[in-house]
Amino acid sequence: MSQEEEAGGLMAGFRAASGGVTARFAAAQAGIIRNLVSQVAELVGGDSLAGQDAEPDGQQDAGPLAGTAAALDAQFGLSDSTEAPDDPALARLLPDAYRDDPKAAAEFRRYTEQGLRSGKVAAARTVLATLPPRGGRIRLSEPQGQAWLRALNDVRLALSVRLGVTEDFDADVADMGSDDPRYAYVWVYQWLAYLQESLVEALG
Amino acid sequence: MSVAPAEVERPETGEEVIADRPWITIVWNDPVNLMSYVTYVFQTVFGYPKSKAEKLMLDVHHKGKAVVSSGAREAMEGVAQTLHSYGLWATVSHDS
Repeated sequence: MSQEEEAGGLMAGFRAASGGVTARFAAAQAGIIRNLVSQVAELVGGDSLAGQDAEPDGQQDAGPLAGTAAALDAQFGLSDSTEAPDDPALARLLPDAYRDDPKAAAEFRRYTEQGLRSGKVAAARTVLATLPPRGGRIRLSEPQGQAWLRALNDVRLALSVRLGVTEDFDADVADMGSDDPRYAYVWVYQWLAYLQESLVEALG
Repeated sequence: MSVAPAEVERPETGEEVIADRPWITIVWNDPVNLMSYVTYVFQTVFGYPKSKAEKLMLDVHHKGKAVVSSGAREAMEGVAQTLHSYGLWATVSHDS
């Protein structure tokens, strides 16, 4: 587990509000979240989200994050391997429930995987339904906030596989030059950690 | 981690359950899930007070894994399934 509570800066994140939580997003931030959440939904749910999220062309919005979502698409292709059960990001999102018993793991998967997939897609849909492409202030009920938590966590898990996050990741990042292709995405990864942390606190 | 083959055929013979060795659900440490989030999940899923959830989270963090539940096999699979929905890395096994 990591402690990236200090990583934010750009925004205040979530805070508690009556009956739920609230946060404000710039359009570029909303674009990144919507893009990554959509990619994870496609990864776990196949094309069940197709047409749901015509990607907002938020790239013309100037800002520190502008263009990053499209670059993430190209660089990491979270949704490239929809059909491949051996995709490591998908394997992390849909893990084996038995370590040393492939038969039991397969049986468990047979009965639970579809439900797990649809739950993750439902959480992603909640994010897409509550976060307008233009950003702005959003208010979430507690159940919506919990769906956001799970969806943000799924995005971070998938990104972490693409970024090669390990326990020594902080040291890796310290050594990472700004010319490293992962550099900008590390920032997104840490920003999402900060956002998730603030949401945990706001819901807690 | 690896993913089990999707197409494995398995005869429906049923499992031998050994009554005196309970099944357990284990949560494994990983470098991604936030400590605060894992604590929150333990509170939500098990209904633990924050202090107990935090202690369990720290067990996972420091020891690499922790047993979070024990009981009948089906129940432990249900716990693992719920924890997977939160993105925690959970497995089921026989207590040893």
